[in-house]
Amino acid sequence: MSGQSVTLVEAVRLAALQEMRRDPTVWVMGEDVARGGLYGQYKDFLPEFGEERVVSTPISESTIMGAGLGAALVGTRPIIEMRIFDFVMCAMDELVNQIAKIRYMFGGQAKPSVVVRMPHGIWRNSAAQHSQMLESWFVHLPGVIVVTPSTPADAAGLLVSAIRSDDPVLFFDPKNLFPLTGEVASVIEPIPFGKARLAREGRDLTIVSWSAIMPAVEQAAATLAGEGIAADVIDLRTLWPWDQEAVLASVRKTGRLLVVQEAVSVAGFGAEVVSTVVETLGPARVKAARRLGAPRIPIPFSPPLEDAVKVTPAKIVAAAKAAMG
Amino acid sequence: MQPTHNVQRLLDLYRTMSRIRAFETAALTAHKEGVVPGPLHVSIGQEGVAAGVCLNLTTEDRITSNHRGHGHAIAKGAGIQGMMRELFGREGGHCRGKGGSMHIADFSVGMLGANGVVSGGIPIAVGAAQGLKMKRSSAIAVCFFGDGAINRGPFLEGLNWAALYTLPVLFVCEDNGVSAFTATESVTAGPGVIARAESLGVPGVTVDGNDVMAVDEAAARLAAEVRAGKGPRLLHAKTFRITGHTSTDAAAWRDPASVEAAKKRCPIDRLAVLLGERGVAAADLAAVRSAAEAEMAAAVLDAKGAPWPDEAIAYDDVQDVGAVAYAGVSA
Ligand SMILES: Cc1ncc(C[n+]2csc(CCOP(=O)(O)OP(=O)(O)O)c2C)c(N)n1
Repeated sequence: MSGQSVTLVEAVRLAALQEMRRDPTVWVMGEDVARGGLYGQYKDFLPEFGEERVVSTPISESTIMGAGLGAALVGTRPIIEMRIFDFVMCAMDELVNQIAKIRYMFGGQAKPSVVVRMPHGIWRNSAAQHSQMLESWFVHLPGVIVVTPSTPADAAGLLVSAIRSDDPVLFFDPKNLFPLTGEVASVIEPIPFGKARLAREGRDLTIVSWSAIMPAVEQAAATLAGEGIAADVIDLRTLWPWDQEAVLASVRKTGRLLVVQEAVSVAGFGAEVVSTVVETLGPARVKAARRLGAPRIPIPFSPPLEDAVKVTPAKIVAAAKAAMG
Repeated sequence: MQPTHNVQRLLDLYRTMSRIRAFETAALTAHKEGVVPGPLHVSIGQEGVAAGVCLNLTTEDRITSNHRGHGHAIAKGAGIQGMMRELFGREGGHCRGKGGSMHIADFSVGMLGANGVVSGGIPIAVGAAQGLKMKRSSAIAVCFFGDGAINRGPFLEGLNWAALYTLPVLFVCEDNGVSAFTATESVTAGPGVIARAESLGVPGVTVDGNDVMAVDEAAARLAAEVRAGKGPRLLHAKTFRITGHTSTDAAAWRDPASVEAAKKRCPIDRLAVLLGERGVAAADLAAVRSAAEAEMAAAVLDAKGAPWPDEAIAYDDVQDVGAVAYAGVSA
């Protein structure tokens, strides 16, 4: 099917639209969704699907989350819109103690088929309560799938999979990349969870990343190529499950690993990637294994302070060179 | 009219509202010029609530606020230069450029902070009241929040708690009819905030928030009751936000007729009419407004010229033990 070039936010809109047309049990709830959502990701949904399936809720995150679970338990497939990632903290009990536990605790009687959408990441000087990247918290949480796309096509395909999934899916929309354009097929096929995308092929170094920082990684990889360092660039796309095979195969080839994350480096997902690689291949076969991420400070407001925290292409280039030894 | 409403008190209210309006108008212009980064939530049209409530507070009293907190901060006496510099993200901002518009705080005047999380300030005010009571302070805590906040748990939990422990807290619901972009009425069950408060044993009063004298009068009475140890009270002030949700929202979704009608009920213009009737010359009122505008223009000029914070301070204020040090790397 011929595709079209659209923005990332339009791509996820088309994916949700397709699935809501396909399956009448899919619906969306959250603040301001009836008027199209904060970013236009549900634009024109209300006229087509009506108020029963496009539910603008009160500002009530814990009830939005808990009610989403309840609705899933009776066989519907809610998309739970958290508006901005940071507000998921207002619904943490419902997410962690209820959604993530219910299938296991009740011996498999329930499959909570919810998609929790949480636009995350640093966002234009929005300061500490509107710019967090805490995806690693949720990888630590058994019972959920963690999705972190970076391109329009991946976001669309992964959202289709998320909506069709019987497992609860935590879908991290990269909000800073919503304007990014790319090709999206006219029929959006599901992209399986746990399959990475090879964004660039090289032999010298493996760079692993995900979500909103990917464009900076690709830019850095291009710079490195110009200087004779050819990097394999792997976009994980989902952090649980994650494509260990793709990363291991690449590091077997290159012998060097750099994980780049927008999030705080300490106890971030990069640590998981590094230790998995070293554990599996053995230290002797890994010449370098490094992480690059934000320092362990909240995201400040002022532009130069925010810039100081941000992972930039230049910082990635420097870290890659350090990994080359 | 209250006997306390002598011309001087009315002029005080007029000055505070004019300063809030001038501050936010200047901030909006600067935001459009691209020199105020990030989201900016202004409260144009709502000034009467902040001014009327805070005139009844002392520096020792504490307030908490929401994402739309400039007016509350100014009315509580926060330094303008520190506020403007904070909006610009410059050195000398009240929060050293780390917070911005949505997180202005000036503890030196009892302003315990604006908040980016709807309802976030409510439990904080409750706890402040409990702490003040424990310290045998005569000060009270005042909590400003929007009508959208009453649908979150912290509102119900906070009121329950404050009533249970007879805490000195005045809850102020600034009801502009909308929760971001959605009509609050369309997502709120039952008769609303007063009924909810009263169901928890917190007496409430509804006033026209655009009538600053009515706000002042009600706040004076309620604050006195709170100060007297009678427990929490709730002031429900009905108002209207003339501008959009954020500075980048042109509010095209708003019914233009309602905006026009609200402009006619502008709390500042209404008070000007009243002051005129009480013999204050139009020129004197114009002087108050232009002094406010000049003050804010000077603050903008100052903020534009202020240095950016040094990168190293991004690493300050995180925590005492276990903080990471600035390594001086930047790219
Ligand atoms: C817990 C939480 N949920 C959602 C948001 C996003 N948000 C910011 S302001 C706002 C509307 C708040 O409505 P109200 O309290 O009535 O204040 P108004 O903006 O109308 O003045 C929303 C939903 C938030 N900041 N915090």
